[in-house]
Amino acid sequence: MAEASLTTAGPSLNRRRTRRSVGETAIKVVLALAAAISVVTTVGIVIALVRDTVKFFGEVGVGEYLFGTEWAPLAGGDQQSFGVVPLIYDTLYLTGVGLLLAVPLGLGSAIYLSEYASARARRLLKPAVEVLAGIPTIVFGFFALTFVGPEVLKTLLNLDVGTFSALSAGLVLGILVLPTIATVADDALSAVPGSLREGAFGLGASRMQVSLRVVFPAALSGIVAALVLGASRAIGETVIILVAGGALPNLTADPREPMQSMAAFIAQTASADISTQGTEFLTIFAVGTTLFAITLLLNLISIRFVRKYRQVYE
Amino acid sequence: MSVAEVEITRKAVERGARGEQVRELAFRAALLFSVGFGFIALAVLLVDVTIDGASLISYDFLTKFPSVIFPERSGISSALQGTLYLMVLTAVFIVPVGVATAVYLEEYADRERWWNRLIEVNIQNLAAVPSIVYGILGLAFIVRQPLSLGPVVLAGALTLGLLVLPVVIVVSREAIRAVPSSIREGSMALGATHWQTIWKQTLPGALPGIATGVILALSRAIGETAPLILVGAVAFVPFNPDPNPATGQYSAIPTIILSSVSNSDPEIQALASGAIIVLMAILLVMNAGAVYLRNRYEQKW
Repeated sequence: MAEASLTTAGPSLNRRRTRRSVGETAIKVVLALAAAISVVTTVGIVIALVRDTVKFFGEVGVGEYLFGTEWAPLAGGDQQSFGVVPLIYDTLYLTGVGLLLAVPLGLGSAIYLSEYASARARRLLKPAVEVLAGIPTIVFGFFALTFVGPEVLKTLLNLDVGTFSALSAGLVLGILVLPTIATVADDALSAVPGSLREGAFGLGASRMQVSLRVVFPAALSGIVAALVLGASRAIGETVIILVAGGALPNLTADPREPMQSMAAFIAQTASADISTQGTEFLTIFAVGTTLFAITLLLNLISIRFVRKYRQVYE
Repeated sequence: MSVAEVEITRKAVERGARGEQVRELAFRAALLFSVGFGFIALAVLLVDVTIDGASLISYDFLTKFPSVIFPERSGISSALQGTLYLMVLTAVFIVPVGVATAVYLEEYADRERWWNRLIEVNIQNLAAVPSIVYGILGLAFIVRQPLSLGPVVLAGALTLGLLVLPVVIVVSREAIRAVPSSIREGSMALGATHWQTIWKQTLPGALPGIATGVILALSRAIGETAPLILVGAVAFVPFNPDPNPATGQYSAIPTIILSSVSNSDPEIQALASGAIIVLMAILLVMNAGAVYLRNRYEQKW
């Protein structure tokens, strides 16, 4: 009796085990499929960009696109021109203006948060900096167009700027990436072990010397990552420049002139009243590919630098 | 050393120390200015928007449809409802997919395998792809072939969902990682399977962190403008979004801000500041909710 029940219990237990493990495997497969969505997204982005970029280069020469200094795809007849240099130049120029503001202020904030602020001040300040990072870019665009341009640049600083200028868009771009640089650099500085600071203080160094000559160099790879990430955000930003930069790709060194970045051009062309079949519309994909390639390169550099400083101190 | 020489040396040392102190003070002031600058900019921005738009905020502003012809009687009803609709649909998409990906990466994935490392680097990189590029993806594959949804609210929600998915994944992974392994081991020792342990122990423990991450992701999604331009959101829509997410035109608050801010008519431009106040109020409520969740339910293990 006892033996019989044992023999019948055996297989049924086994069967339950296998059913259980089939269920477990099925769950793992479902979860892995969800994770695969992110890879599919990347593949989708690449295909979406490349497919129509190839079509674009069927109609416009690669050399004309990459080295042409006149960008006027929406112009008619002979005026039409597909040289991307002004768009890339303007994108980098605007990013440069932004970084000129955001790099010193962002790194200063990071040093303050990590080396000077008390634990309590830090607990309050860090989320507050993140609030700044959460403001929608369209609000920054509104700010650039209705306040920084007319009130700060024109009235306060008495500069000769129009409604749209590279300066107002670029400066607000700087305010946008400031929190990114500050938080990532702060993480890097905070990851430097306390023993390095204590050693330097023990040798009689002041707090400024400790911050600038010991902690800062020790965190350098993380700080480079912060700067690269900030630059990449500025390069990819659309709305601030769309609203406040003016729709004019411009090869000029004068920051008071209007400028147009690659992302802003894409948005403007997508909302323009043009045929979705023509070469004009294909520019969206060609410029998109160019933008994606530049930001991808910067992101890979930044990921590499982040990994480097993690390896040193974790 | 003569007395005079000692005196001179002492003064030099003091001067050096004073110089050091001055430098230290100046440095500290510069740092404080850096931190302050961001907050001053934020304060000026908020005051500027409030001055421009506070007088617009009324019940009518929230419930009337936008109008280019009568901007003084215009509201943002269709944009507000479009944004709320986008938010709900985006949540329905990102919660299961984001949490499932986080569980897979934290609880199942073998980090030695190249495909798992590929997924990780890929998510890191996706988080930094410009939002306009997601718009191109949405235009090429969701609005057009193969999904062929057309410029409808579902297409907008899917595009925004893909855009903020990395945020949900990264935050959910952190929350799952914070659940101590002793809890998992205790559950397994009592005979629970891997999945039972995750479902009954790990996920409930990680829930406050995951919820915070989802709210942050959604607040980023509803503030996005650029991708919506490409997937067909329209600014001045005189009707609320169709309950069926796969039909009809839709609008969103960022879209109406973008369209009205660039308008030369000052009355239409004023609409932008009113819409910004509404958008910022929604974001404030969401962020306050996230902070509350974090403080109220966060577990210290």
